[in-house]
Amino acid sequence: MKMLGAQIVIECLKKEGVKHIFGYPGGVVLNIFDFLYDDKDIQLILTRHEQGAVHAADGYARSTGKPGVALVTSGPGATNTVTGIATAYMDSIPIIVFSGQVPTKLIGNDAFQEADIVGITRPCTKHNYLVKDVKDLARIIREAFYIATSGRPGPVLIDLPKDVTSDKTQFVWPEHVSLRGYNPKYEGNKWMIKQAAHAIQKAKRAVIIAGGGVIHSAATKELKELAEYTQIPVIMTLMGLGAFPGTHKLALGMPGMHGSYYANMAIQNSDLLIAVGMRFDDRVTGRINDFAPHAKIIHIDIDPSSIRKNVRVDIPIVGDARRVLKGLVNVLKEEEAKNQWDEIRKAWLKQINKWKKEHPLSYEYDENVIKPQFVVEKLYELTKGDAIVATEVGQNQMWAAQFFKLSRPRSWLTSGGLGTMGYGFPAAMGAQVAHPDKTVIDIAGDGSIQMNIQELATCVLYKLPVKVAILNNGYLGMVRQWQELFFKERYSYSHLDTVPDFVKVAEAYGAVGLRAEHPSEVEPVIKEALKVKDRPVFMDFIVDWKEKVFPMVPAGAAIHEMMFGEEKKSKKEQKLRAVK
Amino acid sequence: MRHTISVLVENKFGVLTRVAGLFSGRGYNIESLSVGETIDPQLSIMTIVTTGDDQIIEQITKQLNKLIDVIKVVDLTEIDHVEREMVLVKVAPKQEDKAEVLRLTEIFRGRVVDSSPRTYTVEITGDEKKIEAFIELMKPFGIKEFVRTGKIAIAREGVKK
Ligand SMILES: Cc1ncc(C[n+]2csc(CCOP(=O)(O)OP(=O)(O)O)c2C)c(N)n1
Ligand SMILES: [Mg+2]
Repeated sequence: MKMLGAQIVIECLKKEGVKHIFGYPGGVVLNIFDFLYDDKDIQLILTRHEQGAVHAADGYARSTGKPGVALVTSGPGATNTVTGIATAYMDSIPIIVFSGQVPTKLIGNDAFQEADIVGITRPCTKHNYLVKDVKDLARIIREAFYIATSGRPGPVLIDLPKDVTSDKTQFVWPEHVSLRGYNPKYEGNKWMIKQAAHAIQKAKRAVIIAGGGVIHSAATKELKELAEYTQIPVIMTLMGLGAFPGTHKLALGMPGMHGSYYANMAIQNSDLLIAVGMRFDDRVTGRINDFAPHAKIIHIDIDPSSIRKNVRVDIPIVGDARRVLKGLVNVLKEEEAKNQWDEIRKAWLKQINKWKKEHPLSYEYDENVIKPQFVVEKLYELTKGDAIVATEVGQNQMWAAQFFKLSRPRSWLTSGGLGTMGYGFPAAMGAQVAHPDKTVIDIAGDGSIQMNIQELATCVLYKLPVKVAILNNGYLGMVRQWQELFFKERYSYSHLDTVPDFVKVAEAYGAVGLRAEHPSEVEPVIKEALKVKDRPVFMDFIVDWKEKVFPMVPAGAAIHEMMFGEEKKSKKEQKLRAVK
Repeated sequence: MRHTISVLVENKFGVLTRVAGLFSGRGYNIESLSVGETIDPQLSIMTIVTTGDDQIIEQITKQLNKLIDVIKVVDLTEIDHVEREMVLVKVAPKQEDKAEVLRLTEIFRGRVVDSSPRTYTVEITGDEKKIEAFIELMKPFGIKEFVRTGKIAIAREGVKK
């Protein structure tokens, strides 16, 4: 049957099982919007900004494992997606962005609302396409979904000139994708896996670092099996949070700049580092020359270019984390059924427990001012940890990472690689669309939330009960923290001066606004918010603006050179630390 | 160290920008890049000359391989191969030097491909050393301009790729 390009787009989306699109219309995509108007299977969520649409598609993808889809118009619509695409790219999130384009004949003409979005997004997409002929359309869409979701996932953009959407052709859904330049390798090299097993058997002080790749490849079960079987403690990077239960006795929290003392000490003293689906970001390694100086490194990653990019690697294994971990456990079980793992690890785990006692993650509770960490703890407690948690960027993100002990994968939405303020709220919205009955919380800063605050309208319109917990400190807090610690307390442009009345803002949009100014109000406000099921809620927590994120590894230091924030305090004050 | 990398790519629009963008975006050097069709018109080969330590070259090959439109990457530096480059040199010798320019061109097995009352345009093909030697020799005679193709290279037959 002959179909218009616009209709082919919709049919392809259905073939890919797409139920929701996040988008915003404009001149050159009206053909597609026209077909969406009375479509029964696909719902378009009309966001209030294209950046919001892309972050929402990203949140949808992170929380489900399925690709998220966004549809925007040409020119400004397309350029507004760039931050969202770059965010997804850095964190390897599968999304497909359809952008409208001026008719093929006008391309290159500086036509009205023309932007070379394929050129602009080339370095921040896994791949992108300009469709020049409607006959290529179905194949390209099929390829795009395949590329976005296979191997190391990532965003793909498809630029659709207006005439391509109004030209007709026979609709043929390609059965197979064949790309001779793209063959992701899933199976790890058997010999290398054996080497890794031997290294594990020999190691006395082994530690696992799990990254986002464990979540992408659904390897949490295999990871747990490896850790428990061999009694190796597990550290999770910011992207890996949720890959291993945060409350497990082998869980050591996050490494790096704002990681736990014991995670960093474990790395620095280890004789074997098993890195899975992580890429040794500089926020994790600190000063690279002093990173894990005594460790042999096993690096498992599906992307060969991640291996040996930043650190030396002794045993590289290119492959899918789940398959490799499974293979590894099998080899270990076959080869050394009688290995006394508990015995071997005893001294190491004892040492780690000592570090845990020396510097647990903690903060000083105050009964007069709300501590931001207290809010995160209460959110954790009152949801029993059963929530999808998004974050913005800044101190709020780090406190959320430290104090919300995630137990499940795909319940953590945070912009790790790009660190995009304004990501959390629309991402939470996307996750809520995919999981209408789940509690979805965005732990936000007063600065970040204003970067995509317009999505309140979208949440109200579609009755999405996203809960936003604003840790309102009146500052670009993380910037302020750096200025306090490293710029002689010269607070250059980090005070927000005016922060809107978030309760009134919420109410103006038709959402619920709540405020807590005293620690005693925190729990009631959260309880009240959790009851709301039909619209978004802003919780405005007026928190201690002086609070800083600790521990901290200053930029350029080795990861064991940590600051704990107690340097200036008296002994008596130190004793007051709430140790949980 | 310098490396000559041969990259087999889809002959599609935009591929050159993807490759060039990869180098500029990640701060790698390109000393020369030449590209042309292959026996299969759907494919092109790029010959890229770049510099970097082992770790950088490893990253360059891995990153190139990551591009969807890149089919194969071979670091020719590691294997026996033949490389050639061409230069067109426009010299403007004095009347009394003209014979010497022609003689040198002959020694280098070059050809005069254009001449005017004041200038000769000489074509030389060879490896980089030869090209550079010729340019050096022509300098005293007055080079108006020269254009180099950049290197192309191919593995010797019988050598495992
Ligand atoms: C889009 C964007 N612009 C700038 C930054 C740099 N930045 C990182 S954290 C931060 C402050 C965030 O302030 P707020 O949202 O109030 O969070 P807080 O640190 O106070 O919790 C800034 C400006 C960024 N990460 N993203
Ligand atoms: Mg703030």
